[in-house]
Amino acid sequence: MTTESGPAPKSGVAEDVQQGPRVAVSALITNLREYGLILALIAIMVFFQFTTSGTLFKPVNLSNLVQQNSFIIVMALGMLLVIVSGHIDLSVGSVAGFIGALAAMMMVIWPLGPFSNPLVVSIICLIIGGGIGAAQGYWIAYHRIPSFIVTLAGMLIFRGICQALLGGGSSVGPLPAGFKALSSGFIPDVIGPLTLIPPTVNAAGKTIIGSGMTLHMTTIVLGLVAVLAYAYFGLKARRTREAHGYQAEPFTLFVIKTLVTSALALFLVYQFASYRGLPIVLMVMGALIALFVFVTKRMTIGRRIYAMGGNAKAAQLSGIKTERLTLLVFVNMGVLSALGGLIIAARLGQAVPAAGLGSELDVIAAVFIGGASAMGGVGQVIGAVVGGFIMGVMNNGMSIMGVNVDWQQVVKGLVLLGAVVFDVYNKNKG
Amino acid sequence: MTSTILEMRDITKTFPGVKALSNVNLSVEEGEIHAVVGENGAGKSTLMKVLSGVYASGTYDGAIVYRGEECHFKGIHDSEHKGIVIIHQELALVPMLSIAENIFLGNEHAKFGVIDWNANETRTAALLKKVGLKEDPKTLITNIGVGKQQLVEIAKALSKEVKLLILDEPTASLSEKDSQALLDLLLEFKRQGMTSILISHKLNEVNRVADKVTVIRDGRTIETLSKKDISEDRIITSMVGRSLDDRYPPREPKIGEVVLQVKNWSVYHPLHAERQVIKGIDINVRKGEVVGIAGLMGAGRTEFAMSLFGRSYGRRITGEVLLKGKPIDVSSVSKAVDHGIAYVTEDRKTYGLNLIDHIKHNITLANLGGVSRHAVIDDLRELAVANDYKAKTNIRSSSVYQMTGNLSGGNQQKVVLSKWLFANPEVLILDEPTRGIDVGAKYEIYTIIARLASEGKAIIVISSEMPELLGITDRIYVMNEGRMVGEMAASDASQEKIMRAIVRGEGKPS
Repeated sequence: MTTESGPAPKSGVAEDVQQGPRVAVSALITNLREYGLILALIAIMVFFQFTTSGTLFKPVNLSNLVQQNSFIIVMALGMLLVIVSGHIDLSVGSVAGFIGALAAMMMVIWPLGPFSNPLVVSIICLIIGGGIGAAQGYWIAYHRIPSFIVTLAGMLIFRGICQALLGGGSSVGPLPAGFKALSSGFIPDVIGPLTLIPPTVNAAGKTIIGSGMTLHMTTIVLGLVAVLAYAYFGLKARRTREAHGYQAEPFTLFVIKTLVTSALALFLVYQFASYRGLPIVLMVMGALIALFVFVTKRMTIGRRIYAMGGNAKAAQLSGIKTERLTLLVFVNMGVLSALGGLIIAARLGQAVPAAGLGSELDVIAAVFIGGASAMGGVGQVIGAVVGGFIMGVMNNGMSIMGVNVDWQQVVKGLVLLGAVVFDVYNKNKG
Repeated sequence: MTSTILEMRDITKTFPGVKALSNVNLSVEEGEIHAVVGENGAGKSTLMKVLSGVYASGTYDGAIVYRGEECHFKGIHDSEHKGIVIIHQELALVPMLSIAENIFLGNEHAKFGVIDWNANETRTAALLKKVGLKEDPKTLITNIGVGKQQLVEIAKALSKEVKLLILDEPTASLSEKDSQALLDLLLEFKRQGMTSILISHKLNEVNRVADKVTVIRDGRTIETLSKKDISEDRIITSMVGRSLDDRYPPREPKIGEVVLQVKNWSVYHPLHAERQVIKGIDINVRKGEVVGIAGLMGAGRTEFAMSLFGRSYGRRITGEVLLKGKPIDVSSVSKAVDHGIAYVTEDRKTYGLNLIDHIKHNITLANLGGVSRHAVIDDLRELAVANDYKAKTNIRSSSVYQMTGNLSGGNQQKVVLSKWLFANPEVLILDEPTRGIDVGAKYEIYTIIARLASEGKAIIVISSEMPELLGITDRIYVMNEGRMVGEMAASDASQEKIMRAIVRGEGKPS
């Protein structure tokens, strides 16, 4: 009923311009969920900044925050595609645990000679992760076994193998320092530090740790380059749109958005620079986020996944090979689960039987808080990432506050429920 | 004398930004069949939702007077309590429950929550007799056809002591025979004194049964015609606001060489391995030609088309497909598309569209290569393509960013058509291209078909509406029980000739 308004268009382009303001407003409304989510994250961070009396935003804590939660976010990227394609993967925590154990065995216990090199081991582990994803995806895609069941089986199987590999309850370690750098390392300062305030030297001639202030210049430069690139490409995209006669979002909105985002980014960069620079795992995560945003927004395979999740039959009848696509989505999930497992092991410095236990639920929660639909076809990468950070900040903030772990779970559960209820309520209202 | 059973006065209903109904008036006399007609999106369904309380009292302006008292329905329960029952176009039956369970769903004969199955089944049997359905009350809904399901819905309405029965497009998915039976049933109810409101696109049906016709256009009442004024031409003029002298666009066929040839095509049922659904079909289509496939429901026309299109239906498919004389491989949808074959489904919501995505993404889905380079989509090119097809096929929407799930049937059909036009096929198979869409949109679809033919495409149209096939095709195949039983030039075909071919074909041994 609501669709038949307005005169018939004379030409498509003219109409798009004509309807420009309305399109911009509706684009703003559709993006409100995304902005709203980021605002919620900021509000939560500010809240904990107060309740932890300023600890949350301390440079060292920000580094911790990233290092603690990066594996959730890395796996959430894969889970987003799984959920958008209309499936679920319950096995990611167990796969991560298994891969961590496997990596530890290869590097520490088994006499593999040159193959126990951390880089080689990591690559082999990622391939095996892909293989696990393929094995599960095969049943889901080609035999139409519900993903819930296949991955529930996978969850049991790989947790079991993980524990068996480690020989019951024992842990395997310590892992080589080169491997641990994946989680606890920072990018090297190739430019050299800039000393703002020289450190205090005590009577014995030793510097007092934590005194003075130096900036990790490579981090600062990288941050500036990234922000400038962001503004430049944003502006360029606007220009192209306008050159083709399409209305872009209002200029003021664009400027405000760019300025706020840049200011936030620079603030975080400064915080990292005043500690030890950017964590390596943040770089890995950032690159993956950028890749997945690009894949989902701009690439044909991304578009096909959304179409398949929205209506699998229609997608198939449009020439999309839905079976192969489903398989690929699970292969991708397997690789990212393996990466998550490596990050966990690297952070702990050893492989433990309980590594990644229950993390599938955090990962799935992150994706749903981020606005994905359990029915498939709907969900954004940025949403899942922000959802992951919301979970992470709450974990971190509540831990600093000394909230009991039991109650932390209660709060997280309520936030998940609240986010999804809010989403559904908004959709019905619209 | 008759008295007014229902009066809807000055109903106005607004959705954010759109006035769906403005000052609509509808007055229904006791014991009549009152048809409400109008184009898709004219506001018929909204009006019925106001009447049945789906839109609660207070969310619209105006008054509903039913049997002399003003009613304020807060929900379907209120209106059903007063004997107003709606049967929607999409049937609301639970497939894996029996007829009896469906009829008394939520309304079971039970004591302390324990169902009295005997009472339910006896009552069901009585109701089924009333609607003329010979089925065991224990039969599962999934095991009976759509026509019979429709009758179950009516029996369900009768079980609620219905006084005013509202049928929304009841014959949209029924065969000719089932439709006739349903209309006869309506007339029978009328003799027993029941009042019905019939919403329909099929003007010949309206013509046949309605005592009065109210025409709605753009959310307004245009006029109410009484029996003596009802004629198809009059209704159409009133519906579209202009005179449609010719319901089919004129066209001068320029027919070239044979483009697609199918030889000895056989298909078996996907579940029942022994059942042969398509039995050795031969057909061909030429460049610039529009070929129709006529037949009754269940003749195997959709099954034939889908098996041809990348084996999307059936098993043990044998036969040969030649494109311009060369055999081609159509064993998967993408191969068929690559060879220039497109199939526009009869069921656009299930097989045609991603309803939770917008027009732009739906239009480019079958040909993403056409808007991308190295698998990276060029957003601006895609937008240009979508706007281009929106204009070409006259899709009415605020922009190409509108969700296809919110479009009317006609506009959805245009999006599906656009999708396949952008894939630039040589052979276009259209399965029931005008099902469930209004007269105005039908004409637009016919115009598109004519234009494609003049551009040199080979077109196959599957349709259950014989006048449509006679109006737009050059040649008609007649199909029955999985085989071709007739072929005739449209110029010397007629409805009678097609029916004769079907009837004669039925006697043939398989």
